[in-house]
Amino acid sequence: MAPPSRTVLLRGGRVIDPSQDLDRQADVLLADGKVARIADNITPPEGAEVRQLRGLVVCPGLIDLHVHLREPGGEHKETIASGARAAAAGGFAAVCAMPNTDPPVDDPAAVGFVVAEGVRAGAARVYPVGAISVGQKGEHLTEVGEMVDAGAIAISDDGYPVADAGLMRLALEYAQTFGIPVASHCEDRSLSRGGAMNEGAVATRLGILGIPAAAEDVVIARDLLLAELTGGRLHIQHVSTRRGVEMIREAKRRGVPVTAEATPHHFALTEDAVEGYRTEMKVNPPLRAAADVAAVREGLADGTLDAIATDHAPHHYDEKEQAFDDAPFGVIGLETALGLALTELVGKGILTLPQLVDRMSCAPARAFRLSGGTLRAGAPADLTVFDPAAEWTVVPEQLLSRSRNTAFAGWKLRGRALVTIVDGRVIWDQLSAGAAEEAHAPRSPRARAG
Amino acid sequence: MLAAPALGKDLVGLERLSAEQIRAVLDTAEPFKEISERRIKKVPVLRGKTIVNLFFEPSTRTRISFEFAEKRLSADTVNIVTVGSSVAKGETLVDTARNLEAMRIDMVVIRHSASGAAEFLAQRIPSNVVNAGDGRHEHPTQALLDMLTIRDHLGRLESVRVCIVGDILHSRVARSNIWGLTRLGAEVAVCAPRTLLPAGIEELGVRVFPRIEAACEWADVLNVLRLQLERMQGGYVPTLREYNRVFGVTRERIERVPRRLLILHPGPMNRGVEIDSDVADGPHSLILDQVTNGVAVRMAVLYLLAGGAPEKAEAAKHGAAE
Ligand SMILES: [Zn+2]
Repeated sequence: MAPPSRTVLLRGGRVIDPSQDLDRQADVLLADGKVARIADNITPPEGAEVRQLRGLVVCPGLIDLHVHLREPGGEHKETIASGARAAAAGGFAAVCAMPNTDPPVDDPAAVGFVVAEGVRAGAARVYPVGAISVGQKGEHLTEVGEMVDAGAIAISDDGYPVADAGLMRLALEYAQTFGIPVASHCEDRSLSRGGAMNEGAVATRLGILGIPAAAEDVVIARDLLLAELTGGRLHIQHVSTRRGVEMIREAKRRGVPVTAEATPHHFALTEDAVEGYRTEMKVNPPLRAAADVAAVREGLADGTLDAIATDHAPHHYDEKEQAFDDAPFGVIGLETALGLALTELVGKGILTLPQLVDRMSCAPARAFRLSGGTLRAGAPADLTVFDPAAEWTVVPEQLLSRSRNTAFAGWKLRGRALVTIVDGRVIWDQLSAGAAEEAHAPRSPRARAG
Repeated sequence: MLAAPALGKDLVGLERLSAEQIRAVLDTAEPFKEISERRIKKVPVLRGKTIVNLFFEPSTRTRISFEFAEKRLSADTVNIVTVGSSVAKGETLVDTARNLEAMRIDMVVIRHSASGAAEFLAQRIPSNVVNAGDGRHEHPTQALLDMLTIRDHLGRLESVRVCIVGDILHSRVARSNIWGLTRLGAEVAVCAPRTLLPAGIEELGVRVFPRIEAACEWADVLNVLRLQLERMQGGYVPTLREYNRVFGVTRERIERVPRRLLILHPGPMNRGVEIDSDVADGPHSLILDQVTNGVAVRMAVLYLLAGGAPEKAEAAKHGAAE
């Protein structure tokens, strides 16, 4: 179980909170599980735990809108508890769990199970996303209202994209009653069927059937039109194409109620990474061409793509140890996302640090109307402390996820989460009190994780 | 005399072979052809070697051709034919690889429905691996025998114009032919309906003919691929009748060309679909030569992978080499 909440004073960090235009060195006081206040030189109250954070960034806790925790049904890949701990280790204070488990999360009882297991894990908050359709079969709407009462914060059929435009329209209309967004994995299966990577010259050379960008684009177009028609809140998941980014940008300009996310693998890798039939690069949507990657980066920079989400998709090692066509889609991402965003986006001048905090915390909170995403006084004390300069190498064996299927093994990253706090409780801690130099020491998988 | 470059541990595809390596296989195949003409068709070149023909996909033709090649070189052979995907059977390719390794075999000839399967195996076992067709990726020995057949008839491959006709999208033969032929200086084109061409095919260095008539006018050789009838369900072409009308290699189409157009087909043929019988059995057809050359090319590949040298192939043929 998680340690109890106590009074904590975070001293001297660079406090970045775009929700209140804040970016300066300051002290942050947490009490009773809430942000008490932010000011220069706060005198520590009696019994407070004091952390010296000079040189480190303090921001609202990171929120991942898109993870797969595999429980129930795939516990050998990940459990809600192991996923919540991996999230905490990656700096995430909250994650949104997709419903395509076995059985799927398509009724209030299943939603309640995810909530209860998330609480029991005592690590990152786990918010369930309910299914759009019963059994994710794309036929009948689920009991959305009941699921929302049980704790669902959005609905999505993610891996089983809704093919029927009429059903998608109903979902967008119906979800409005409950004030939740409909998250859409945009893929026209009649266009992507049989494909295993991006359609193009690399796929042609490798002899792998391709998934055209149009398989994603036609559904993005459809869903944008349906959001406009219904006024329902649409969230487009893992955007990977240039045209997709353009259409979302244009729709936002017209006032369509849409938000969107991009994953680290889609902003950091191109289809060339598949060369040599590397199954750890097999993801859906697939890694795209350089022009698409550039557009995704641009979309993140101008806010067309609101959020960075991992699509953390754990698979057991032997499932990826197969011929490319036979291997499952998906990579894990919780523990590398912040480092990749800092290295590939901030390090390359695409995002400023405050923009990064916005894309990984404030914007996700807004998109799914979650608590968090702000350090205003009175807000829940969900925070992340990271060292933007810490250099580290991704070693799969050291990750806390039950699965090792990272696309970034051996990558040298600059920037890493050190402390994650939820409700004022420290759930991940790589800083022994006061000894900032230890921030750079390699951590072991057994490190304290709540 | 310079030693010709060895083939390396495996033959996964032609994409990464040099022109010298490809030439070495073709040159080695020449003396081996004669072995098949003898009363006792056997030389002791691979005596004591164990070869497993691991076919996850049925292909009687290719398997038998390899088996003949292996037996003529005196290897001990075991055939494992597993119809359907290994995955469906619950045993993964990596399990199979480990089992083979534990049985101390020397070579594996693998045919698999997934692209990259041969490379996957080659990276994981110490035995020599020969790709006998992986998914839509490569089928190197088929391309080598096609090249040998063309070279036998035209005396060269440089500047020869070869057009591959048919289902390029799903074809492993097409890719291996494109790599091999272009590397040896041939000009290569493809001709198919757009639905059966993979995206970016031009980037592999080939030209595209949308119509068969233009392809016939341009080419010295047509390599006609099988239209896999199961593709019909995918709707890649509307009907077989239309395919034959628009893309079929017919006597009328090849006789309109004032040169002798050579016809290859890797088989098995759909007569009356991609190729008409009077072409397949006619004077332009080199289809039976391909079958004969298939055994010689496979003997050459196995011999080279086992450490044989191309310049010693003549000696090996007389049974002198070990
Ligand atoms: Zn998805």
